[in-house]
Amino acid sequence: MQQAEHFYSSSYILNKGVGKLILTEDEQAILDGSGGNAAAKSMKILVALGEIYGAEKLIPISSVQIAGVSYDNLGDAGLDYLAELARDGVVRVLTTLNPAGMDMRDWRKLGISDEFALKQKKVVEAFAKMGVITTCTCTPYLIGNLPAFGDHIAWSESSAVTFANSVLGARSNREGGPSAIAAAMIGKTPAYGLHLDENRKPTFTVKVKTKVESLSDWGALGYALGNASEGKIPYIMGLPHTSVDNLKSFGASVITYGGSPLYHIQGVTPEASEYKAPEGKTVDITDDEMKKAYKALNDDAADVDFVSLGCPHASIQEIAEIAGFLKGKKVKDGVELWVATARPTKAIADEQGYIKIIEDAGGKVATDTCMVVAPIKGRFKVMATTSAKACFYARGKNKNQVHIGDFEKCLNAAVSGRWN
Amino acid sequence: MELTGRVINNGSAEGTALVSSKPISFYGGVDPDTGVITDKDSDIDGQSISGKILVFPYGKGSTVAPYTIYRLAKNKKAPLAMVNRECETIVAVGAIIADIPCVDKIDISQIKTGEQVRVDGNRVEVLK
Repeated sequence: MQQAEHFYSSSYILNKGVGKLILTEDEQAILDGSGGNAAAKSMKILVALGEIYGAEKLIPISSVQIAGVSYDNLGDAGLDYLAELARDGVVRVLTTLNPAGMDMRDWRKLGISDEFALKQKKVVEAFAKMGVITTCTCTPYLIGNLPAFGDHIAWSESSAVTFANSVLGARSNREGGPSAIAAAMIGKTPAYGLHLDENRKPTFTVKVKTKVESLSDWGALGYALGNASEGKIPYIMGLPHTSVDNLKSFGASVITYGGSPLYHIQGVTPEASEYKAPEGKTVDITDDEMKKAYKALNDDAADVDFVSLGCPHASIQEIAEIAGFLKGKKVKDGVELWVATARPTKAIADEQGYIKIIEDAGGKVATDTCMVVAPIKGRFKVMATTSAKACFYARGKNKNQVHIGDFEKCLNAAVSGRWN
Repeated sequence: MELTGRVINNGSAEGTALVSSKPISFYGGVDPDTGVITDKDSDIDGQSISGKILVFPYGKGSTVAPYTIYRLAKNKKAPLAMVNRECETIVAVGAIIADIPCVDKIDISQIKTGEQVRVDGNRVEVLK
């Protein structure tokens, strides 16, 4: 097999002739090295993607969200990759960062080793050197990276891409961590996929014929829809107007289970009114599909030793709800409760007294991180959560059994140690 | 039998096909140290993609996946090549930075697990 280093050598051959991407003189100069090594490598990635997917040009973007921050995901291979880019690479647009593998200030609280912390700090330092704002959250739209309707952006973090496209009406392909960095360094992205009007049309119809109420219902619906969608863009009918919190959990679930990073909900999302329900493929989601989804997202074990809330990162309203439940209660010995959130959200929650309530109850506020990206494989046996996305990573990556339910059910499990 | 598609990352490789009819999430769904699939919804759960011609419809889930593919390559546990029905940006970027031959727009129902397959640029040849 060829070595990965080959990519950086001058003999790397772009897929010339596949697309018809035309670069400006400035862009060509950057490709030829006028902007330094990191910019040239970044341009190579953008040009390769543009040519594969038939983009005709690069277009300016207003912001970037970078995934691939936890040292647990990156390993030394990823850290080396980032350190190399940070040598002379600087981002040109507002660029924010996904969660790290630990609380960046208080990692020991979450049982993270100093050895891991040393590597994790190197990762975040590399991003800081590139000029990235080291927010460490999967919900950039809640803390200051909020694109306007129609903005072109280049985001990674599948749940955030789905939220930005669907709820905000901004335009992003589902970038991988490396292509998001590349776009940030150039300030542009190739114009293909979801940046173009014709690719944002719904391509199948979903009729929801069941009640969707709690946060976990939205996650279960996302599971059913993701599995049924074959990557197609849904036009969803039959859903009520709902909260940002429900929509962020729904999108995270849809994309985790195989759906598209763009969905339209009639009467709810901003682009839905431009379209009618497409003919052809139609999927009904009934009580039966919801039951199947809940069954698929709940394992047999009755004893719970880990309760993880905030996937995607908890909003201030969600933290208020959690604190409201926990006031005067105690998390059972032997059970760990994590409430994952962004640092600015934690600061507001602190002012409100919510953090004290959660910590007095024995819960931990996992700032800058979450169970998806922290190095906790094997530490817990059975996780309870409100999030269908969290179920996938708890099983695949952390080797946990899982339970999904609403806040009350999860917090009851934290207090009793049992899933009832 | 020869199938023709679109080059995602140019290269050639020959080996045994491992075919999944389900989308793959490399992050969370593949162990980067062993190359074993860890997704209970996958039809190849528990099998190793290392050293195989990995055939699957498209990628799903995490946008961290390119780094998982890169780590698999660094750990010498990567597939020899990837063949997709429709390769989205995530798998494409992984293939590019890890330099794994990758081709899409292939009718993957024509390939069966265990068959000897040769990938060369935009061509996929099923040898037996």
